Amino acid sequence: MATNTLTNHDTHAHDGHEHHDTGATTVFGFWIYLMSDLLIFGTLFATYAVLIPGVAGGPSGKDIFELPFVLWETALLLLSSFTYGMCVLAMNSGRVGQMKSWLLITFLLGAGFIGMELYEFHHLIVEGFGPDRSAFLSGFFALVGTHGLHVTFGLIWILVMLIQLSQKGITPVTRRRVLCLSLFWHFLDIVWICVFSFVYLMGAL
Amino acid sequence: MFGKLSWDSIPYHEPIIMGTVAVIAIVGAIVVGLVTYYRKWGYLWSEWITSVDHKKLGIMYYLVALVMLVRGFADAIMMRSQQALAAGGAEGFLPPHHYDQIFTAHGVIMIFFVATPMIIGLMNLVVPLQIGARDVAFPFLNNLSFWLFVGGVILVNLSLFIGEFAKTGWLSYPPLSGIIKSPDVGVDYWIWSLQLSGIGTTLTGVNFFVTIMKMRTKGMGLFQMPIFTWTALCANVIIIAAFPILTVTIALLTLDRYLGTHFFTMAAGGSQMMYVNLIWAWGHPEVYLLVLPAFGVYSEVVATFSRKPLFGYNAMVWATVAITGLSFVVWLHHFFTMGSGASVNTFFGIMTMIIAIPTGLKIFNWLFTMYRGSIEFSSPILWTLGFIITFSYGGVTGVMLAVPGANFVLHDTLFVVAHFHNVIIGGVVFAMLAGLTYWFPKAFGFKLNEAWGKCSFWCWLVGFFLAFTPLYILSFDGAARRMQSYANTDWQPLMIVAWFGAVLIMLGIVSTVIQMIVSVRDREKNLDVTGDPWDGRTLEWATSSPAPFYNFAKLPEASEIDSFWHDKQKHGANAHLSQGPYEDIHMPKNTVAGPVITLFATIMGFALVWHIWWLVIASGIGVFVSVMARVFNDDVDYYVPAAEVERIEREHQKRVEMQA
Amino acid sequence: MRQIPFLRTSGWMVLAALPLLLSGCDLALFNPKGQIGAQQKDLIILAFGVMQVVVIPVVFMTLFFAWRYRRSNIEKNKATYLPNWSHSNKIEAAVWAAPFIIILFLGVITWQTTHSLDPHKPLDSVDKAPLEVDVISLDWKWLFVYPEQGIATINELYAPKDTPINFRVTSGSVMNSFYIPRLGTQIYAMSGMSNTLHLIGNEVGVYDGRSVAYSGKGFAEMTFKTHITSDADFQAWVEKVKNSQGAALTFPEGYNTVAKPSIANEVEYFPSVDQGFYNKVLGIFQEGHMAAMAQNEHEPTAGHTMSGAHHSDSTQQHAEAVE
Repeated sequence: MATNTLTNHDTHAHDGHEHHDTGATTVFGFWIYLMSDLLIFGTLFATYAVLIPGVAGGPSGKDIFELPFVLWETALLLLSSFTYGMCVLAMNSGRVGQMKSWLLITFLLGAGFIGMELYEFHHLIVEGFGPDRSAFLSGFFALVGTHGLHVTFGLIWILVMLIQLSQKGITPVTRRRVLCLSLFWHFLDIVWICVFSFVYLMGAL
Repeated sequence: MFGKLSWDSIPYHEPIIMGTVAVIAIVGAIVVGLVTYYRKWGYLWSEWITSVDHKKLGIMYYLVALVMLVRGFADAIMMRSQQALAAGGAEGFLPPHHYDQIFTAHGVIMIFFVATPMIIGLMNLVVPLQIGARDVAFPFLNNLSFWLFVGGVILVNLSLFIGEFAKTGWLSYPPLSGIIKSPDVGVDYWIWSLQLSGIGTTLTGVNFFVTIMKMRTKGMGLFQMPIFTWTALCANVIIIAAFPILTVTIALLTLDRYLGTHFFTMAAGGSQMMYVNLIWAWGHPEVYLLVLPAFGVYSEVVATFSRKPLFGYNAMVWATVAITGLSFVVWLHHFFTMGSGASVNTFFGIMTMIIAIPTGLKIFNWLFTMYRGSIEFSSPILWTLGFIITFSYGGVTGVMLAVPGANFVLHDTLFVVAHFHNVIIGGVVFAMLAGLTYWFPKAFGFKLNEAWGKCSFWCWLVGFFLAFTPLYILSFDGAARRMQSYANTDWQPLMIVAWFGAVLIMLGIVSTVIQMIVSVRDREKNLDVTGDPWDGRTLEWATSSPAPFYNFAKLPEASEIDSFWHDKQKHGANAHLSQGPYEDIHMPKNTVAGPVITLFATIMGFALVWHIWWLVIASGIGVFVSVMARVFNDDVDYYVPAAEVERIEREHQKRVEMQA
Repeated sequence: MRQIPFLRTSGWMVLAALPLLLSGCDLALFNPKGQIGAQQKDLIILAFGVMQVVVIPVVFMTLFFAWRYRRSNIEKNKATYLPNWSHSNKIEAAVWAAPFIIILFLGVITWQTTHSLDPHKPLDSVDKAPLEVDVISLDWKWLFVYPEQGIATINELYAPKDTPINFRVTSGSVMNSFYIPRLGTQIYAMSGMSNTLHLIGNEVGVYDGRSVAYSGKGFAEMTFKTHITSDADFQAWVEKVKNSQGAALTFPEGYNTVAKPSIANEVEYFPSVDQGFYNKVLGIFQEGHMAAMAQNEHEPTAGHTMSGAHHSDSTQQHAEAVE
């Protein structure tokens, strides 16, 4: 059985210091968590799709989406995925200083993305197109907002990693956490691409 | 300052509620007094509350679930009493305001706070032992899951005497559960208690899935796993895939209630049908999450007590996998009467019936496990026999409901109530009581009293048929579910019969309680020193009882199904007793983070229910800080020295030798 | 173990009493008064009966195997014990096949009956002009509008014998389910959506009807009587309603009055009713409304009315979208 090579028993034999928090197990667990999270987004996408016609006399996607603005948002997030990738590369060659710089850039890009999203939300609400205006807008705010909330958690996580890297450097624990955060960050990127194409692009066209 | 909360929120004028509160207060005071008198707070804190040991968490899950079973049953007997009385203009003793809360609470408690935690408790106790692991993949998360579940339990019980619970039915369909039709805090209690425990359940799902996939002992491939572990694996897949849907659905209902959004409202484009679809897209898999591990328990019990391997292991596994998959494509059968087209109804009807094929196969496999076996009539096997017969009829009524043409006249009547009690009592509850008896010695080192166990079985079995056969009959006369009163006095005699059934079930529960007390009293007589009281077949019986905190001094190996049984045949009963030399064992440390995070999260839930915004923020900060404290804590594990392992193992061997 | 004989005795007593109870009651589903209900009765009995082919042997085998292979029997060498036997291709094939065949059979039945009993399908086979009735569930009563007769009632339904009844069903409040057990099929009543249901009464009589989907405080008493009468009696009843003292049912004023929550509402008659009343009620909740509706959706007022004629099939659309 191929799975046997992955059992705890074997890892124990290789490395007595890693019993419960074997990196591989945690990363696998994090993958499973992401699958679960994906279903949260899946459900929200389905909800949004059902509610698209529910404009209740208010605006539809065509009326409120500004593609150029969203394109810049998208660019920021995609770029942040690249910079995070650079951070992992730096970790693999053991350069803590470089890692922290890349993390900081990632943080700034992510914060820029959140800032733009908040601006967009604020703008809509001020115009009277808040989530309580119609079912369509409820669905829109819930889907995009949930993604934004995830990105915000990612930002907090980046801050935590910046502190932990300063305190401890690259240890098995911080390495594992950086890898999980990497999965999380790229995952949010993929979800955003779906949001962009499905919500903004299809909505505006 | 206190949001919606005021002194008027406490229902002083309701004698039933105040009586309950008094009883809870007295019992609580006695427990607290005893713990203080015997100076056990430190012990409770360090050995139980902060424990990350999966066995102890399993025991705590079971304990809380049994307490909640009593609470849920109290609701049940009140409902049966009300319906036995309130015929032909009589009002009974429960006004709609109270009755509606009771049937909602009964459903919520029995599913979320009894059945689910019992299943999870049993998984906790058994799965790591069955796969020869020292713990689960994420012991801290396991502790956190348990406490989040307790947080949900606390909120549900608080609703009893501060405010009220939902009056919407256990799934809280909007628009009835929307802010306009239910402006009270009941639905909010429902929301936050389910969110807390639901998040705990999701974490458990991830945790056990990873545990089973990654931590099986040497030689144990997927198709060498004990069947209970297989069913647990599938149940966890269901949790991972279904619970996010519940989380989102409840969150959207929350937004509708708190922020005025229009997901499920009647106006502004909201879709109430979407809620019904979403909640059942979770709800139907949920019942399979309950029943699959129950099938696993019967499989273990029937093989052990027939002294024979399970018949058709591979078929059993594939049937389990098939049911897991099918459970996600049948949800619409919960609302054929919504008015979908005939083709859609046909599709979901037939998909539902197809589940009967793997389920039928399982029943035959249990029968052929008994065939040419050597059956010992212990109480677990009695539960299994009772299950096969009861559940077969539950299956029949389930297939009847799956035929849309028949469903059109049976839906939302007492037929549905009788059906799901038929499968949940006959399937899940019987299994949990069988599992309790079967694995109790592994948890505590002594067996449960058989006579009281059998008494409990007969009370439950007869009580079930007495309580629910009348409901089947009444449904043929068009009796709706959830009626606080009814005009047709012809129904009353059968309602009274059903009441007697509920009383018998109560005697069954009382028997279980007496069984516990008697067993603890007589524990010296029923001692299980060997760790293998039933001549078991799987690895959990290869270690001592109660199992040491590290489970196995040396991790066992498995090369085939029922490896432990084959080893005993080849090398004698005590061959599994481990011999030195021992090695240091790496173990996780206990954690205060789980209970502390939950404490803040529960306060936050309470504050959200009552709109006490400053407390929401304060407790939110509390959650954040305690999570961060955990994140920055590196001191999470330690080593058990080989000498200590040796001492514990020697002691165990001495006891075995003494008994021999 | 003293309890057991007592339990067993009481159990057997109940089992023995069941047929008596069953024959004593005139159960609605087993004594239907319309052709839809009659088909459903046959369907229930058939489905239950077919499954007994598998279930009765299962119960028998359970008891027999348990008794025959009990340990004391094995120890006396009265039955064979095969400690390692756990596989047989023949048995496995048989136990896959048995439920499969039953389900195949039931699947075919399901396919046929789901289409023949489709609540949306008009009863074309009956050679008589159907009666149109619009059903609106309110907190906690039933409003029946007869658009052809121009009358409306609360909690009383009349229909002539052997005449197909075309119901359109919606709700002015939360979800309910409209159900007359002796006639057959129930259907959900949901705000903003129009459901259809086709029933027929083939025997003169008065039959109970009620909501079976829980809808709040007054749910238990949300009942009505269904009178299936001769054509002449139906006409006489229509005249009676037309000549009754009640006010006309207007929209929105009259509607707002009747929509106020009430429990165990008396039967009420409305001698006349606004044209397109049903569609106006539907329109209250339908799209194209101002968000202001959100604040007072429980109390619809004038100004929110609109023609909802084109929405009558919105249930179907919604259902498809959701799936």
